[in-house]
Amino acid sequence: MIFNNTISKTLALLISVIILILCIGISIVYGYADTSIETALHAFTQFDHSNEHIIIRNLRVPRALIAASVGASLAITGVLMQTLTKNPLASPGILGINAGAGFAVVFSMVFFKISGLQSFAWIAFLGATIAAIAVLGISSSGRDAMTPIKITLAGAAMSALFSSFTQGLLATNEAELDQVLFWLAGSVQGRKLEILTSVFPYLALGWIAALFISPKMNVLALGDDIAKGLGLNLGFIKVIVGIIVILLAGGSVAVAGPIGFIGIVIPHIARKCIGNDHKWLIPMAALLGSILLLIADVAARYIIMPQEVPVGVMTAFIGTPFFIYIARKGFKKA
Amino acid sequence: MNHFKTIRLLKDRLSFLLDIKAYKKIILLVFLTIAIFIFSASVGDSYINPLNVLQILFGGGNDFDQLVVIDFRLPRIFIAAFAGMALAVAGAILQGMIKNPLASPDIIGISAGGGAAVVAFLAIFSDSNHSLTVSIQWLPVAGFIGATSIGFLVYIFAWKDGITPIRLVLIGIGVSAFMQAMTTMLMLLGPIYKATEANMWITGSVSGANWDQVKMLIPWTILLLLITFFITRHLNVQEFGDDTASSLGHSVQKMRFLLLLLSTALVAGAIAFAGAIGFVGLMAPHIARRLVGSSFGVLIPTAATIGALLVMIADVIGRTAFSPLEVPAGVFTAAIGAPYFIYLLFRNPKK
Repeated sequence: MIFNNTISKTLALLISVIILILCIGISIVYGYADTSIETALHAFTQFDHSNEHIIIRNLRVPRALIAASVGASLAITGVLMQTLTKNPLASPGILGINAGAGFAVVFSMVFFKISGLQSFAWIAFLGATIAAIAVLGISSSGRDAMTPIKITLAGAAMSALFSSFTQGLLATNEAELDQVLFWLAGSVQGRKLEILTSVFPYLALGWIAALFISPKMNVLALGDDIAKGLGLNLGFIKVIVGIIVILLAGGSVAVAGPIGFIGIVIPHIARKCIGNDHKWLIPMAALLGSILLLIADVAARYIIMPQEVPVGVMTAFIGTPFFIYIARKGFKKA
Repeated sequence: MNHFKTIRLLKDRLSFLLDIKAYKKIILLVFLTIAIFIFSASVGDSYINPLNVLQILFGGGNDFDQLVVIDFRLPRIFIAAFAGMALAVAGAILQGMIKNPLASPDIIGISAGGGAAVVAFLAIFSDSNHSLTVSIQWLPVAGFIGATSIGFLVYIFAWKDGITPIRLVLIGIGVSAFMQAMTTMLMLLGPIYKATEANMWITGSVSGANWDQVKMLIPWTILLLLITFFITRHLNVQEFGDDTASSLGHSVQKMRFLLLLLSTALVAGAIAFAGAIGFVGLMAPHIARRLVGSSFGVLIPTAATIGALLVMIADVIGRTAFSPLEVPAGVFTAAIGAPYFIYLLFRNPKK
């Protein structure tokens, strides 16, 4: 790890917070309609109904806040899932969250003709929750209940099942393809602040719970047997982790659609920076996740202006080279 | 241990441990595969009695049925079967080598590389009227080149005094995500009709199969499967971990390269003709493991038959269930495989 004592770790977190605030500022100010910091501030202090002010209040600020919250949530769930399944390849998607949400949205669109981001949000949350509960239900059966391998396999199978249903529906209803493809790519664009505010309590609850559970995660990371020997109630902790993941990843997919990559890559980068102690790892991952999603979202506006690239594409473009560099520098074992 | 039998050939230079019980299951699976093969040749837009299908296979039958079975149905059944086998075996190899249950051809970037190359091919070789300037026959070539070159790229990026499985797979994920991002970009920038065509390829479909492709895919896959079968013992050794493997006299890096090469070649051949069919490479080995255990001598053949079954059944469903609409086979591999696997997880808790 790069930062290896408490002072430098605290410093690293502080610097990340500053970078995060800077990124939020950049995300509010730059875009197709260029504005300045003064305009951004005036939009709130002396609102004059000008185009710029409306853009900032109704589009840019919600978008920046959504990107920051979603990035943080995905990164935290990535950390939790990788520790829970003891698998460095795990991501929130492994619990079936994204596949379940995607299926629910496509299903309701095809059969109930529901559209609109606001209704998608609730349907996606519902689908994500159902899928995650199904995965946890399956993996809690039998003698090897809730072992990391069983959670992983049940999750992978369930995700595949749901995405197959989604693809099937899309293949037989091509007219819907266009509308929903955009949602399925994941984006933070065009979301109203109401979508975030309606989901925000769940996200906030998830963040706080994740911080509270972090000492237990350190124990869980030692392996099921040792954790049990140290007096950890394994079943209880795993269910709690499952609930946090549902809150955070379900909330994220509801707001922004399925955004991959962050949940799997950021935990590794954060671990490389600050080590395996979850008390540091979780906040660090959250900050890095926010920063990456914000930067990716700003870049997504400029690449093929005036069109926009889905933010999931940009996270991969920006994150991959950095990730390969980190991976080559060598990992501490997850 | 009396259900094991040792077979030694060439003055003990080549030996196998035969698991009799597992081979009974494999024989059963092979019969099932043959049954599905005949069944899938007999159903479709026009139903042909399975007995007639058998006649046709041995040169009989009337002209119309012959045309339907031999020219239309057999190629896609063959492609489905062999692509399924190749993907399943590649998945088994990768899972053994990387020692991670989530490893699959999709996760180390091979499939995504093929996908990006196919979409790039469709984008580059189109004129302003959106028609292709070169023959569509070259599409598999693009897929093959994309898959193999990304396989090598991942290997090179992951090389640093040798390959460790975890580095390989993490870099694979990164490269895979990058390639998928490229694919999405190209699809968004290109006209929508190409997006549908590309989507079809990414989902995986055998609808474009013809005999020329069959003649290429079958020898390729069989050759690679044979090689795989002869080096399975190395896979068993690799599963112990690097330290144990090298103290057993196993040259870890050389074998790892060979195994990666084999799985890349298997996947590249399969997806060149059948597209990036998902799920098979991930789940067929797990299903096989639940059936016959994790010794690679029996795991590889079992995974191969299960892979073939999955894609063949998926294709039958795809072309009959929503007829006249044809749904790509890749859509259904998970729909039939996942419930069965979940049932296995439920029923048979691993000891």
